[in-house]
Amino acid sequence: MIRTLRPKAELLSRPFVEKIIDEAFLLLGRHGVFVENAEARALFKEAGMPTDETSLKVLINRKLIEDSLEATPLTVRLYDRAGEKEYVVGHDEVHFDPGSAAVKILDHATQQERPPLTADLVRLARLTESCENFHFQSTALIASDVPEIIADSYRLFIGLQFCSKPIVTGLFRTAGFRPMFEMLAAVCGGAEELRRKPLAIFDACPSPPLKWSHLTAQSLIDCARAGIPSELISMGLTGATSLVTLAGTLVQHVAENLAGLVICQLARRGAPVIFGGSPAGFDMRKGTTPMGAIETMMIDMAYAQIGKYLKLPTHAYMGLSDAKINDSQAGLETGMGAVLAALAGINVVSGAGMMDFESTQSLEKLLIDNEICGMAYRLIGGIAQRDEPLALRLFEGLGPESQFLTLPHTRKWYRVEHMFPALADRDTYEAWVGQGRTSMAERAHDRLERILGETSPNLVESALQKELQAIMRNDARDGGTDVLPGLPIG
Amino acid sequence: MESTDRLLAAMTAAVVEGDRAAAEALAAKALADALDLHEVIERGFIPGIQKVGELWESGEYFLPELISGAECMKAAMAVLKPAFAAALTEAFRRGKVVIGTIEGDIHDIGKNLVASMLSANGFDVLDLGADVKLARFIEAAEGMGADLICLSALLTTTMLNQRRLIELLKERGLRGRFKVLVGGAPVSRKWAADIGADGYGENALAAVKLAVELGPKRRLA
Repeated sequence: MIRTLRPKAELLSRPFVEKIIDEAFLLLGRHGVFVENAEARALFKEAGMPTDETSLKVLINRKLIEDSLEATPLTVRLYDRAGEKEYVVGHDEVHFDPGSAAVKILDHATQQERPPLTADLVRLARLTESCENFHFQSTALIASDVPEIIADSYRLFIGLQFCSKPIVTGLFRTAGFRPMFEMLAAVCGGAEELRRKPLAIFDACPSPPLKWSHLTAQSLIDCARAGIPSELISMGLTGATSLVTLAGTLVQHVAENLAGLVICQLARRGAPVIFGGSPAGFDMRKGTTPMGAIETMMIDMAYAQIGKYLKLPTHAYMGLSDAKINDSQAGLETGMGAVLAALAGINVVSGAGMMDFESTQSLEKLLIDNEICGMAYRLIGGIAQRDEPLALRLFEGLGPESQFLTLPHTRKWYRVEHMFPALADRDTYEAWVGQGRTSMAERAHDRLERILGETSPNLVESALQKELQAIMRNDARDGGTDVLPGLPIG
Repeated sequence: MESTDRLLAAMTAAVVEGDRAAAEALAAKALADALDLHEVIERGFIPGIQKVGELWESGEYFLPELISGAECMKAAMAVLKPAFAAALTEAFRRGKVVIGTIEGDIHDIGKNLVASMLSANGFDVLDLGADVKLARFIEAAEGMGADLICLSALLTTTMLNQRRLIELLKERGLRGRFKVLVGGAPVSRKWAADIGADGYGENALAAVKLAVELGPKRRLA
């Protein structure tokens, strides 16, 4: 049997990859990086790097970067809530998750964006649980009915209760780490269990060009020490906060991510790190940051290729759109992104459900995107040899008028070789008219109502629920508030 | 004075083409030739930035041309200003603005665009930079006697500090003293209304228009 080829796409030649990395090293060594966080600067200083306490600039030499790369694990392992299902983040494994931290939701009934509520976040978490092509969940919405001071921890509080999948999240304040860590440890059964079987990834975004803020560097340090993987989300905007050329932006991207990686390794050698990003081909007409632009996807694929060359797990914000409704643009940008990310072998692909420049989630789009991700998985599954010979023996005894529908071989393989979409329309015209001439978004809406109506939430057990509530209440009280929205928990 | 007209036209062109070196050289020549500086500004440089704005609005110019034009304007004004500070104030100053990216946020591209365009359009702009403490905005605004405070935020998290600044102004009994404009990627008109800001500009040019509208109604000479 011939081994199945895993289809792959690469945009850069090997010398080009090496040139970009080399320039990134030189950039960090000569120009340096702005590190706002004093603890991080102290770590650099201890490692012998020139740090300037006035300009807050740190120069990082090649040896320290290479040494830090050496210390970074090739793969990250994530676990579900029960600590049973293991996901390898690395090699060419692909895991899709909903795009995170939307400040708006597209309301299907009105077709208008509106501020999301806790109830929306619960629905999103439950839908994510039901979508077989999302291996991870994310803290995808910032609920507007929650006091702002606890906006970060509260998203995690909801996600952990209503969805059992590993979770991609992040901090809005340095004080958010403690309650979020406590919640994760509570679910895992202690800090050591959490370190051994991490359940969450924390995103940390440097500010382009070449700056690590106080909060984001602190997130790297705290996560490294707790054994929680940090996802480095460099996000240059071509021609605005990074060079306008794609290759120039890549140099900066790699430099920013490497600086973050070094911080992680200085905080705790061997800390899990994911080489990610959310750059964009900046639109010079509108001043916007299109995630659906082909150039954005090209930058993503290229830095991921560089991450792989550096033997790191990778991440990208792909498979999302800038459309404001679930129209053709929403489908085409999401479809292209998801397929290209899968072909590039990017390990964590965040974006499902997201539209309007990473600002808006749509629950209908989330279900449509689940189907897109299924197609992407099918694609990278490749074409397999199922039989030896492939066809010859099956033709023996077949006459000219024969058909294949009744062959046992057909019945054996058709569900394996082919996927059957739940939402894409494959009806005849008449059948489609007969069923009410629906659009894909309308079908997605019906489906989500059915899923939410027919399934019960996959909740944590009640003792753990109480523990999480206590942590959340304490955090809220520390933030000076007692008000938490009621939850639809039985 | 044909040669003066030619010089004025060259000033306009320098701004339209974003040629900063030419704009500075022409401003220096205006000083050396002792031209009427009021005319230099009103008929030379201002039509340039106006043209840039028109070309941007008609979709011909994109952000790089828009911002280069604004930077030329600022550079030329910097050359003229020392020699002509008083008159310049009368002729060209539209109002005083304190601008910055709010506490917790070190993104400053959007803020820089707005600062640049405001300055190019005759506002006296004090740019406090990024990650500016709330109290610092208020101190600076009081210190310079600002008409407007412009707050930028790129992150959904730091955007919340825009509300806090307005609350802080109220606490200190200063809310009526300054108009507060908000902007930044996650900010919306609705957000501006919710937090009681005086206005929201969706882009740099909109911010300038809003500032002109809300700024002190001084008659341009």
